[in-house]
Amino acid sequence: MTYLLSFLFCGALCLIAQAIIDNTKLSAGHITSMFVVIGAGLDIFDIYDKIVDCVGGGALVPITSFGHSLIHASLDQGMESGFFGLMLGMFNITATGITAAIVISFFIALIFRPKN
Amino acid sequence: MEAKKYQKIVDKHAPKENKTVNLITAFIVGGLIGVLANFLLELYGYLFHISTNQAGGYMLITFIFIACLLTGLGVFDNLVQKGKMGLIIPITGFAHSMQSAMLDYKKEGPIYGFGSNAFKLAGSVILYGVVSAYVFGLIRFIIFGG
Repeated sequence: MTYLLSFLFCGALCLIAQAIIDNTKLSAGHITSMFVVIGAGLDIFDIYDKIVDCVGGGALVPITSFGHSLIHASLDQGMESGFFGLMLGMFNITATGITAAIVISFFIALIFRPKN
Repeated sequence: MEAKKYQKIVDKHAPKENKTVNLITAFIVGGLIGVLANFLLELYGYLFHISTNQAGGYMLITFIFIACLLTGLGVFDNLVQKGKMGLIIPITGFAHSMQSAMLDYKKEGPIYGFGSNAFKLAGSVILYGVVSAYVFGLIRFIIFGG
């Protein structure tokens, strides 16, 4: 069941993005930034958390989950150490993805040459 | 006048992209990535006996590694041509934007080349993500108390 929901959820997000890019002048950069903001916004009322609970992996891989993870980590730390925790815990969850992207892309940039 | 005429000729000869086909491709490619993500999540949870949160991290690293490697090999751009937004919206698009910015500026040296241009495209995602997460988090923290 989670597989079907994963397919539908992740597919639907990509379909919306494709519809936006085909019919407006917005670029891929605009859309990804917009989706991150939407993902963070949906977590004000715990909506994205509920989506992740029933959809599973399909909700964790689109860029919206980046915004969700940021606000989620920030609020968790905020609960623990008060107002200052909102800044302290911002990257607690997403640090894995960002660090991995930086380290891996650095070494691959060292090894490979740009095509054309 | 000349510019207008030229534009008309360009429009006439520009390849017409079928929007419906694009939508379907994006839906299917994105959906398959979602399924693969869910599969990896369950596989890592089962193999290493770790929590879903940790397995999610491993799953993202796998996707990032694949996207970076394919970008380095020069394959990913062709795949994006075919798969459209289905490959940009998942985390693969984030990794691809960093990797391609680094490769593009490689010849300008390690500091002012790929060092300072690494976040040229991915930077906006991080910036708006952090700003919106902080503002929305603050709202929720004040209204609901966390």
